[in-house]
Amino acid sequence: MVKEREGNMQGKKGDSALSPQEIAESLHPLERAVLPHVRESSPFQSLVADSQKQEIEVMRALQWLANKGLIELSELSAFFVALGANGAAYKASGLPEKRFLQVLADTPLSVDVVARRASLEKQEASACLGLLRGKAAIEITKEKDLTVTITDAGKRLREKESLEEKFLAKKFPVNTSTLAPEERFALESLKRRKDIVSVVERKERRATITALGKKVQAVKVSSDTLDALTHGMLTDGSWKGKSFRRYDVAVNVPAIAGGKRHFVRQAISYAKRVWLDMGFSEMEGPLINTSFWNFDALFTAQDHPVREMQDTFFVKKPASGSLPSKKLVDAVSCIHESGKGARSSGWGGKWSADEAKKNVLRTHTTVLSARTLACLKKTQMPAKFFAVGKCFRNEALDWSHLFEFNQTEGIVVDPDADFSHLLGYLREFFTKMGFPQIRVRPAYFPYTSNSIELDVFHPYHKKWIEFGGAGIFRPEVVIPLLGEDIPVLAWGPGFDRIILDYYGITDIRDLYRNDLKQLREMKMWMR
Amino acid sequence: MPTITLNRKVFENLVGRRLPDEKLKDRISMLGTDIESVSEREIVVEVFPNRPDMLSEQGFARAFSSFIGEKSGLRPYTAKKSDYEVIIEKGVDAVRPWTACAVVKGISFDGEKIKEVIQIQEKLHVTYGRNRKKVAIGVYPLEKIAFPVRFVGEDPKKVSFQPLEFPKEITGLQVLSQHPAGREYGHLLEGKDRFPFFIDSAGKVLSMPPIINSHDVGKITESSSEVFIECSGFDYDVLHRCLCIIVTALADMGGEIYSVAVKKDGKALLSPDLSPHKHAIALDAVNKRLGLSLKETELKKHLAAMGIGYEKGHALVPCYRADVLHEVDLIEAVAIAYGYDKFEENIPSVATIASESPFAVFVARIANILVGLGLLEVMTYHLASVGMQQEKMCSDIPLVALANAESLEYNTCRAWMIPCLLDVLQKNKLHEYPQHIFDCGTCFMPAKKSEDSDTGVVEHDRLAVALCSENADYTAIRQVLDYVLRTIGVGYAIRPVEHPSFIAGRVGRVTVAGKDVAYIGEIHPEVLAHFELKFPVAAFELNMSTLFGDVILHYPEAIFSSLFSIT
Repeated sequence: MVKEREGNMQGKKGDSALSPQEIAESLHPLERAVLPHVRESSPFQSLVADSQKQEIEVMRALQWLANKGLIELSELSAFFVALGANGAAYKASGLPEKRFLQVLADTPLSVDVVARRASLEKQEASACLGLLRGKAAIEITKEKDLTVTITDAGKRLREKESLEEKFLAKKFPVNTSTLAPEERFALESLKRRKDIVSVVERKERRATITALGKKVQAVKVSSDTLDALTHGMLTDGSWKGKSFRRYDVAVNVPAIAGGKRHFVRQAISYAKRVWLDMGFSEMEGPLINTSFWNFDALFTAQDHPVREMQDTFFVKKPASGSLPSKKLVDAVSCIHESGKGARSSGWGGKWSADEAKKNVLRTHTTVLSARTLACLKKTQMPAKFFAVGKCFRNEALDWSHLFEFNQTEGIVVDPDADFSHLLGYLREFFTKMGFPQIRVRPAYFPYTSNSIELDVFHPYHKKWIEFGGAGIFRPEVVIPLLGEDIPVLAWGPGFDRIILDYYGITDIRDLYRNDLKQLREMKMWMR
Repeated sequence: MPTITLNRKVFENLVGRRLPDEKLKDRISMLGTDIESVSEREIVVEVFPNRPDMLSEQGFARAFSSFIGEKSGLRPYTAKKSDYEVIIEKGVDAVRPWTACAVVKGISFDGEKIKEVIQIQEKLHVTYGRNRKKVAIGVYPLEKIAFPVRFVGEDPKKVSFQPLEFPKEITGLQVLSQHPAGREYGHLLEGKDRFPFFIDSAGKVLSMPPIINSHDVGKITESSSEVFIECSGFDYDVLHRCLCIIVTALADMGGEIYSVAVKKDGKALLSPDLSPHKHAIALDAVNKRLGLSLKETELKKHLAAMGIGYEKGHALVPCYRADVLHEVDLIEAVAIAYGYDKFEENIPSVATIASESPFAVFVARIANILVGLGLLEVMTYHLASVGMQQEKMCSDIPLVALANAESLEYNTCRAWMIPCLLDVLQKNKLHEYPQHIFDCGTCFMPAKKSEDSDTGVVEHDRLAVALCSENADYTAIRQVLDYVLRTIGVGYAIRPVEHPSFIAGRVGRVTVAGKDVAYIGEIHPEVLAHFELKFPVAAFELNMSTLFGDVILHYPEAIFSSLFSIT
């Protein structure tokens, strides 16, 4: 890896503004070994031979030189003749028919004897019979066995080197384009025989020197330039008085990837920072809660649609939990049934403890606010709290729906707080989040009055986007939890939208796709 | 939230003024309704659930006209006296004990008006009526009914009638299985000994609420001009309010409302009572909650803009309004009329000290140590499949399953993190190796007897680290754990254990200060095969909640001196 980077492997073509001298000084030793040998259409193999480097090294050097515009690479398709297994054997020991002739005498010999003397397989021997008879080199007579006698023509043939033999004597592989007509004839004849030669197509790289390359070739570079600075050089001081090979510092390098926090976590840290800057303390709590905390304590009527199976995840086992202190449960049940204790009319009907015991995956972080208020003492006020966490809704997964989402929530418990303060806090919070322009409009939530829906103006996309709810907790929520009606300002924007927007994600499932390639390449949260 | 479609022409006639689109959108939105779309012909809005009175064109226009100052203030509605009587009999007590009824005359029902009435009825059924459970509404042509009408509970096998749009007469019980409305709403009556019926004095069945009207008495047509309306359910106040919403909308269409005497247990209620109810509102409370300094006249004006009257410390809330439970709702109405966009924004100078959760800080520290080692953090869902958590891991770890998951892939809360990481590795099979990842998240276990939890579930945050590459082995993962714990000054011991998800003899239990905090080892090839992984995985899973809560917090020394080490 390190070696490759030294070699400028991905240099951009032609962007070098260096002089031939500077280029020459920046050449990698491999490039230096190859460049002098490149001329007009130099074949790769000859460059390998001339530079006396490995094929792979020459290949790399050529690529780098081409990237620098010193040479041009081309690829030619060529056909080569290669030796087969029999071909290699015959090249060493001669063609069977020649060996056959060489053991023949004037007296007839049986084929078996000939084969044995010439060390031919039976099959080879019988192939020779056909071939040699065709050339009138032998006479065949049939006695007890098949016998053979050499003719005069055969004797002449024995002394002469055949075209095929000449061909086999060549150095393989042989480029077919270099063959003379009689060699082509021999090739055709040998191709018909078993496993002697084959013709294969081969891509052949060629390199041609460019004008710039010629200039660089002409430069004399001192052989004293140093390549990598090494421990040895630093120890013995041998670097002194020498210059270093010049690098192309503008070259592209292969990308590396490091360890990283998940981008959603980075965004969560950022949201936390905003709350902490504003003096809020973090709330924590379980993801599974009884409906009492998730709904009843927040004055959500027991027949409210959000408490139905299609909206909220219920736990199969343990399906129910236990309720908090009788005092709190009585206060909440009373508020629901008659509103007594809060000068409210309540929701009417009968409040069911069993309904309140049902375990659910929390549907909002507001459950944390309820739990926090239940523990808060008057001496601790005014107080500000925040939470950032996962909430759940019973939805099938698709590009715009997730069953898990991040919500952030803040409350201000302050006996002197009013609606104008809520608007002030919202302005401050969203300005810190990067959205100084906000607008509010009336909304409805069971646990707040006034209720607010908030839009922020996106400074980059130049449009209003819906951001989430806010409000002042209703007395029906606050009185059972705190014991008296103290204003509690609350806002709970979901902030997955900010993350999607920042990363340009359109399919919400991509937040948790955990594609390692994506995570490795992901931009840091920069806000 | 219910969406309603308003005919713009009808709406504008009712409002009494036409507004340009932009102004219209702005005002609708600032009144507290979500606008979906506005065209020349239609306005589509989402009405918040606290305003069922705005689910009709008439009700919406009434609120809007008031808000823009065209016709503001409390609208007077009156019901004329009549002789109509509805008697609620004892037999219906156990199944659907109450009804509120009215008669409306003088409307010429054309197709458009019938459509409007049906829309109001349907929207109220779905929202305020909680899918007919809380309120079921019936509308009948008056001329077909012989008063007094009785509301009775009868054996459903013994009462037969022809349900609406059904070819023949069947029993009440058969309606549940044979009629489409019976199949949809049958669960509201299923298993009851007696079903509720409205029956007139001629013995004709009007309807079997909350399921279906009868075919001959239960259908208004273009020849109808007088209707009988009933709302049945459990809470008279709720039913009465629903009735008021309908009859005032019909009055705005030009109808005249007549009251009906509803008799139960010998007592008679005059239904509907259209007088507003008085609700105390103190000017001080308004100004304190809103941070304003309004005068009484302004208070009166703002309430009027919201259709609410005012009289010396009291608001007069129309009978059809369901949104006023408490004085704060009146204050909210004042704020809406004042204009959310007109409030000043103040930040009081209240000093509070910020604090981040020490546990969250701890987790972030560890994560940063792992990032320093070049590990990549992933984030996996809290929900997983039972198969992934148990079978694929060759484990029988106890799970907290969900009762109503939409998909089999996410039908349980996860109990541990390593399966989640293996799942991530499986999805990344084609990407570059080595893959070194971690994730810290909440895991769920049924609480043991000794554990304190109000839900019966114990939640712990667990950190899992997985190394997946040709060279991932015990030494490699042990080095990571060792580095993490050394870096935070925590000494540990490891003892060999058996764990079905790991290779036998290559899995250890990690203890810190006598507490079991982690498993560490090489994942069993059978498990790897289940996740289709072709490279070895070495992993550990560290219980961060235990490490922090049961160990680190018990050694405050560790936080004050780097020389102190927990062992």
